[in-house]
Parts: sequence; C-alpha cells; structure tokens
Amino acid sequence: MKPLELHTGVAAPLLRANVDTDAIIPSREMRRVSRSGLADGLFAHWRYLDAERRLPNPDFILNHPERAGASILLGGPNFGCGSSREFAVWALAEFGVRVIVAPDFNPIFQKNCVANGLLPAQVPQSGIQALAAWSDEDPQRNRLTVDLRASVMEGGGSPVPFAISEGQRVRLLRGLDDITLTDESGAKIDAFERQRLAEQPWVRLDQ
Amino acid sequence: MLSPVSATLFDKLWNSHCIETDDDGASLVYVDRVVMHERTGAVALDSLARRRRCVRRPEHAFCVADHVVDTQPGRSDDTPVPGGRDFIVALRQGAASFGLRMFDVDDDDQGICHLVSAEQGIALPGLSLVCPDSHTCTLGALGALAFGIGTSELEHALATSTLRMTKPATMRVSVTGRLLGHATAKDLALTLIAAHGAGGGRGAAVEFQGEGIDAMTVEQRMTLCNMAAEFGAATAVVAPDEAVFEELAGAPLAPREPPLGRWRGLRSDPGARFDRDLVLNAHEVAPQVTWGTSPEHCGGVDDPVPPPKDAAARQALGYMGLEPGRPLASERIDAAFIGSCTNARISDLRSAADVLRGHRVAPGVAAICVPGSKRVKRLAEAEGLDRVFKDSGFEWREPGCSMCFFAGGEGFRAGERVITTTNRNFEGRQGPGARSHLASPAVVAASAILGRIGAPGALV
Repeated sequence: MKPLELHTGVAAPLLRANVDTDAIIPSREMRRVSRSGLADGLFAHWRYLDAERRLPNPDFILNHPERAGASILLGGPNFGCGSSREFAVWALAEFGVRVIVAPDFNPIFQKNCVANGLLPAQVPQSGIQALAAWSDEDPQRNRLTVDLRASVMEGGGSPVPFAISEGQRVRLLRGLDDITLTDESGAKIDAFERQRLAEQPWVRLDQ
Repeated sequence: MLSPVSATLFDKLWNSHCIETDDDGASLVYVDRVVMHERTGAVALDSLARRRRCVRRPEHAFCVADHVVDTQPGRSDDTPVPGGRDFIVALRQGAASFGLRMFDVDDDDQGICHLVSAEQGIALPGLSLVCPDSHTCTLGALGALAFGIGTSELEHALATSTLRMTKPATMRVSVTGRLLGHATAKDLALTLIAAHGAGGGRGAAVEFQGEGIDAMTVEQRMTLCNMAAEFGAATAVVAPDEAVFEELAGAPLAPREPPLGRWRGLRSDPGARFDRDLVLNAHEVAPQVTWGTSPEHCGGVDDPVPPPKDAAARQALGYMGLEPGRPLASERIDAAFIGSCTNARISDLRSAADVLRGHRVAPGVAAICVPGSKRVKRLAEAEGLDRVFKDSGFEWREPGCSMCFFAGGEGFRAGERVITTTNRNFEGRQGPGARSHLASPAVVAASAILGRIGAPGALV
C-alpha cells in the first residue's frame, strides 16, 4: 500500500450531508469480481445525465473543468454512510482521490479508506467551509496541502488541524498492510484461541 | 484479576474477545464466526487465493448466496443482474477450494445472510461475528458481538481470525414504555433516526434496553438492531433473554447444551456507564414513512411533508417529487415491496398478511413479497400465508436481497413511487430515479391496498 505523508491537490467540495456508498458507486456499476475497473462508475447517478451512455452532467462538481485532477474531496456529515461495499473506496482511489475531508464518517467506510491508503480526515464543518471557499476562488491554483505527519491541512488561512485515530494515522504513514502486521501477533492469537476454546468448548464447531 | 465493578454488555463482549491493544489504541479482536455473501465475499476469497493465504478456521466461516441471486420462482444461477452469475460462481468456487460451508442458491436453508446466521445458530450470544455487509449489526439482537466490515477486513478475518479496530464508544438507547397499535420496531428505529440524524449513532456501539425492548419479540429486536446501520452506529446489541435462548434452541449450529449461565450474564451491570445516553418513549411512536432520500427524512404516515431544513432535504424533495405541506398519505404509489434483512422474517410476513387478508392490491400497483429465507418461506407456506399474498395480488418469490437495491437487473423505473419494507431510501437505490418510501410491513401492505401511502387504520 502506498504510504501517505504529504499530499497537495485540487479540492472538490461535495458538502451535502449523508453522501452514501450507493451514490459513490451504484450497485449496478459493480460488474466484475474485481477491485479495479470502477473509476468510470464513480458517482454514476450524479456524474452522468445518462449513466448507460456515459453522458456527462456538466453541473456535477467533478465534471467542472476547473476541478480537473481533483484528489481531495470535501464532504458533509456522515460521509460514506450505507452499504459496507469497499467498491466505493476502490472507485474513489482509482479515480485519483487520496484524501476525503468530512465532519464525520461512517465507521465501516472510514476503515475501508485506511485499508486502501485513503486518508479520512475529520474536520469540523466550519473548517471545511473555509477550505472550500478558498478552493472555490481558483481551484487549480488554490490547491490544498494535507500533512499527515502533523495532522494539519493548509489552504489560504491558518492551518486547519484534522482528527484521525493514532492507529490509523500510523498505518497510513507507513503504508502498512494489516494482515502482515497481524501475522506478528500470531503466537498471541494462537494462545488466546487455545484458552477460549478450552474454557468455552461450545464455541468450537466440528470440522 | 478483578473485573470492573460495573461493565456494559458491549464492554463484556469486547473484553472477552480482545487479544491485545497497542499503544495507538488499536485492538486485535478475536473473531469466532465469519459470514460472507457473493457480492463482497467473492473478491476476498479470490485475493486470498492469489496471495496464497489460508482460511485459518474454515469450519467457522460460511458463505451465502443472497445479494444478486434471481428471486423469480424456478430460478437457477442465472440472474438478471449483469455479471451477477460471476459473483455467485466465484463465491461457490472459493467456498469449495477453502472448504467453507455454502448456503447456495438451491440450498434448503438459503436466505439473506443475516437471517441464515440467526436461523442456523451461526450467530450466538457471546460470539463475535463479522460479515462484509453493513447490516451485520442485526445479529446484536441475539447478544452477539457483530460487525459489518469491508472486503479487506474480511480477508484479514479469514486469514487471521481477528479484526483490527479501535474500541468504539458506547451509547445506550433506553426505550421506555411499549409499542402500541400498529407501531413496530421499524417505526421505532425510524423515529430514533429522524430525531438524532442518520449519523446520530456516531460510530458507537449502541445498546438498546428498557421495557420497550424487553417486550419486543426477538425478530422485532433484529429489525431494530438492523436499522442501527442507518443510524451510523458501529454495531448494536441487546441483552439476550429467555426469548432468545428459546429461539436458538434447535438451531443446527447452536450447542445442544447451551451455556445458559454464561449467556444470562450477558447484560449491562446496574450502574454501568455509557459514553452517551438517549431515551425514547415507545408509547409515542406512530407508524412512520420516509419522505426523502435518507432514513432521517421521516415522519408519521398521517403527517404532512415537512418544509426542508437544509440543502440535502431540499434536493431530496426534488428527487422525490414532493411538496412541503401536502399530506404524505395522499401520494399515489406504483409499487409495494416486502422483503430484505430488515423486514422479511415470519412475523413481518404475518403482520402484512393480517392487513392483506380479504383485500386486493389496488389496480396499477406492482406488489412483490420476497421472504427473507427458505425457512421463512416454508413456515409461511405451512401457515397458508403465501395464499394470502397471492390472493391479494402480491407476487410470492424465492428468498434473496432482491429489489432492496438495484444492481442492474430488476428494479423500479424512474419516477415510480415505491413503498418498501427495506432499509435505504437513497437516490437510485431501487432503480435510477425510483422514489423509495421506507415503512413497516403493515404500512406497506395497507398502502398496496389503498394505492396510496396509508396506515392500516385507513382500511375499512
């Protein structure tokens, strides 16, 4: 997984509340048993006037020419709610999004982001509005900078601190893969399991 | 070691599964059972195989075909969902190569994965269970520590029998009083979400307790815990009681001699502290229906459409084709859907059938009932409920997630107004441009007869 320390990019505000994973990637865009080939279906209901014919909706923020190459999404409360589908995060990552800024995230979506090297940065709504306002002035020139080492974002005014759990911050900084990390605890898992199954044999099902 | 003086139920479940917590606050949590479906599970099994990893405890992992299976009678692997067959076949192949029990399309015990988990005794009080589906929290109603996860986490759980996560905060929702009249657990959930928002659960582990919960059937508690996913909760849990133990007796994978003493201890201690406390009076809950595109956009069936309070609500009203001030109950419907992991258990079908008996679905309304599992379907048919549904004009289908979401196969058309027992009224959820109104099975049945949104009380 690609580590993330410092990222500078064009921002795109999508500030409405409760942006759900069905909106991020509609179920009908999940056509293959694969983590790839999803960017085209990202926000399909909103991004296209006709999703089947891929007719772009010029009003949708990611279709605005001045947002070209956007890699930082500025979102509203409860971002990523709904289905646990990791396809939503795979679609965002493939499209080029590295950072999502929102007042709060759905818990499963937030973990899916971290598992794929995307930063879910928590910032109060007023801070997001300030970042969006500055970006709006000239999106290509007024790029935002996200510094995960210091947990702050820079954009025009004074630096905006963001929140992320320390465990998730460290994993993103190092680009750690969870399974490899957990393998290091293999002996502890074995010991825990032995004790659990010995004390509560009903937990174990026959092979 | 001394145990804490008073612990919440969630603390007890968490502590009994927590292997270690590192300096950053991330814990390694032991996973007793893994359940997966074809939509999100197939990718995980495929990439495990590519990475040459094993499933650490194959006897504790289960596969269910539910998300994109055809629900028309006489079905096969073929499904109207484009590419859907590939997902089913990939899950089947993965299950076979890793040696996992699969509840396949033609299995007598197939159904929506959360119903299968409960019916089979895969989920049990005190067990931890993960499934790559947001509605896994349904199983908290049995006193299980149940988490919905992503595909990467599923791979992790299969390979290591653990989940890596930070312990969520706790929230208690105390339900005083009992539900009255036609109000159901679905209405209680929608009332809670409307009051505190679709993000009101704030990533917490929510415990439902109080008189209103004690008085609920186990199935109603499952409906309530299911909707915790729409509340932004990390999971939900209810202290298991004798009703739960009875429900599980005889489940194929439940222990023949259940550890009842241990299970009875699965409750919050008196005086246990929660990070947040909410109170809801069940007496005041009336039958609900949503008017917008988030479950928080919700009000009483007999209430008018409220004025929009923010941009999202304004956009929602535009999408739904509704005007503030007009009574919701005057809106004509094109379709009625009874199904999903929220409301397709036997008691849901009974409550809809009670409303339907002796009535006909209004002309022009497409009415569909999809039982949640083969077991539910068998029970319903033994009671003659299938006849009630069919005689009234409902389609009677094979189990699966069906039209809870549109995956490119069957769905509702743009502009069509659908009243549905499902859990999500998002834009395009049940078809591009389709307008979904969430409600209980009784309200959906009554609306199907009336041809417009309405409560059972409106039927003469």
